[in-house]
Amino acid sequence: MSAKLNVEPNMADPDAFYALLVDAHQDLDEEASSMLNAQLILLLSNHIGDLDVLREALAIAHGNMNGEVQV
Amino acid sequence: MDTDYQRRVFDYTSATARGGRHPVVVVGAGPVGLATAVDLAQNGVPTVLLDDDDRLAHGSRAICFSKRTLEIFDRLGCGERMAAKGVRWHVGRVFHRDQEVYSFDLLPETGHARPAFVNLQQYYVEGYLHERAQQLPQLDLRWRSKVTGLARHAGHVALTVNTPDGDYVLEAAYVVAADGGKSTMRAMLGLESHGRTFRDRFLIADVRMTADFPAERWFWFDPPFHPGQSVLLHRQPDNLWRIDFQLGWDADPELEKSPERVIPRIQALLGPDARFELEWVSVYTFRCLRMNAFRHGRVLFAGDAAHGVSPFGARGANSGVQDADNLAWKLRLVVEGKAPDSLLDTYAREREAAADENILHSTRATDFITPKGAASRLFRDAVLQLARDQPFARRLVNSGRLSTPSIYADSVLNTPDSAHFEGAMHPGAPATDAPLAQDGRPDWLLRQTGNGFTGVYAAGSGHDAKVFAAMAALAGDAIPVRIVVVAPAGQGGPGMLEDSVGLFAARYDAAPGSLYLLRPDQHLCARWRVFDVEAVRAAVARASGNDLTAAEPTRRQQPMEHA
Repeated sequence: MSAKLNVEPNMADPDAFYALLVDAHQDLDEEASSMLNAQLILLLSNHIGDLDVLREALAIAHGNMNGEVQV
Repeated sequence: MDTDYQRRVFDYTSATARGGRHPVVVVGAGPVGLATAVDLAQNGVPTVLLDDDDRLAHGSRAICFSKRTLEIFDRLGCGERMAAKGVRWHVGRVFHRDQEVYSFDLLPETGHARPAFVNLQQYYVEGYLHERAQQLPQLDLRWRSKVTGLARHAGHVALTVNTPDGDYVLEAAYVVAADGGKSTMRAMLGLESHGRTFRDRFLIADVRMTADFPAERWFWFDPPFHPGQSVLLHRQPDNLWRIDFQLGWDADPELEKSPERVIPRIQALLGPDARFELEWVSVYTFRCLRMNAFRHGRVLFAGDAAHGVSPFGARGANSGVQDADNLAWKLRLVVEGKAPDSLLDTYAREREAAADENILHSTRATDFITPKGAASRLFRDAVLQLARDQPFARRLVNSGRLSTPSIYADSVLNTPDSAHFEGAMHPGAPATDAPLAQDGRPDWLLRQTGNGFTGVYAAGSGHDAKVFAAMAALAGDAIPVRIVVVAPAGQGGPGMLEDSVGLFAARYDAAPGSLYLLRPDQHLCARWRVFDVEAVRAAVARASGNDLTAAEPTRRQQPMEHA
């Protein structure tokens, strides 16, 4: 697989990003949290656009499920 | 006054010479069987068409007929009636809860004889095809004739036909099984279709009323009047409206068909004061599936007998008619002895690939409309929420990707390009229509092509004389090629067509001197920048399977299917 997904550090301020992400979920119940995540994934996926990059990201995330999740 | 096609009952006629050997027997007089039989008979192949019933479709059933299907009906001599009776539409709107989130225009450009879609009850389509069939002396339509036995022999298939007069045996060189999703022909061969069943139920209600909804396709996700489910509204002729309610898997199909259940659902959509009559109600589930192989020796499967899709996308009847379009000319060449039997393998391959394409689109739409689990429902709802304000998300909304004809890009029947052409017309694509003029009168490219091989020549180059000189010879070949000459606007001579608004040149990248070879089903199979009569003949040989052995050294094995 041609590695097109950038998995090297790419953020100027990773801690700020992480705080932003967690804070966004702070007052949300589980359902609203899931909806926020889903909309974020859709927005960012469209920004990336390249299906190969997205496929690679999905494969990495899926690989981390330790076989607990069936496709 | 229109015929009431739903009430027509056709007489069984006790034919004097019923048995015997026939070149082609078609089983099933639905849209696909009728189209196949009309195509064969109008091109000179004596055809027997059997149907186990004595009526046309019960209920409106398939109602969306695509531009390509109307073009095929034009070629079959009944497109004008379909187009005139059908409700034309090209705009679809998608609503989420109480807001419109997305709309699409299926035919944003002009210069096509036929609209993107018409809505027309299946009984009209069958009625018009049937009346066309009655004009054809070569078509022998036998009602109340049920195939109850099938024996395959080396040179023919023997069908046992059960009639009110008892049984008889009919022999056919080839049999087309177009007997629908519950095909008994398929069962008699011990074959099955394979695919996915979707755990959902839908209610169809055909409602007669005068209403001022526009002729558009309206699709609601989670509307206030039917919370948590989807609803589809379509306009049909005769003030008939199709309303499709998603019910969920737990719905009781018998209970949901009762007027006491149906009427409140419709009132919720239309308002309490709406006046309407219930015309037809049905509850259905669906599967996306197909047979592993559409060809089993001398038996060829077409339409729902061969493949099934969900209704979202109007890919059932449309793809079935396109099966007929693909199959009829190949069968004709084979029974006339002008093409090898292996040409029929290309029917299976081209239409199996088309079925895969239809199933893919249909499955994706169904996964959106009927999410499989919590995560897929979450993403579906997230897309719908985003779609209100974010243009990108509107492209993800899938209420059915509407039927477009398949492009047989990988077909062995195509001659690869030897020169460069711009645009969307590629070998394997169905010919795109274009407005033309003949002697100052408006005409259409597609009306001038099809049934036989047609070469469309763009006149205006130094090679014109060479083309004119070769026309008679090509028309006299065993597999004739009719040359249609299209001149630039204002430059047409006798017998030529004119590219009145330049759309033929634009859509085909038709520089003067270019020649486009269309198969009898109007799919492009070869094109050249410079005319060469022998190249045309080689392309016809290739497109008719007469050099398939060269193109394809190993013949495909029939895959085994388990019963």
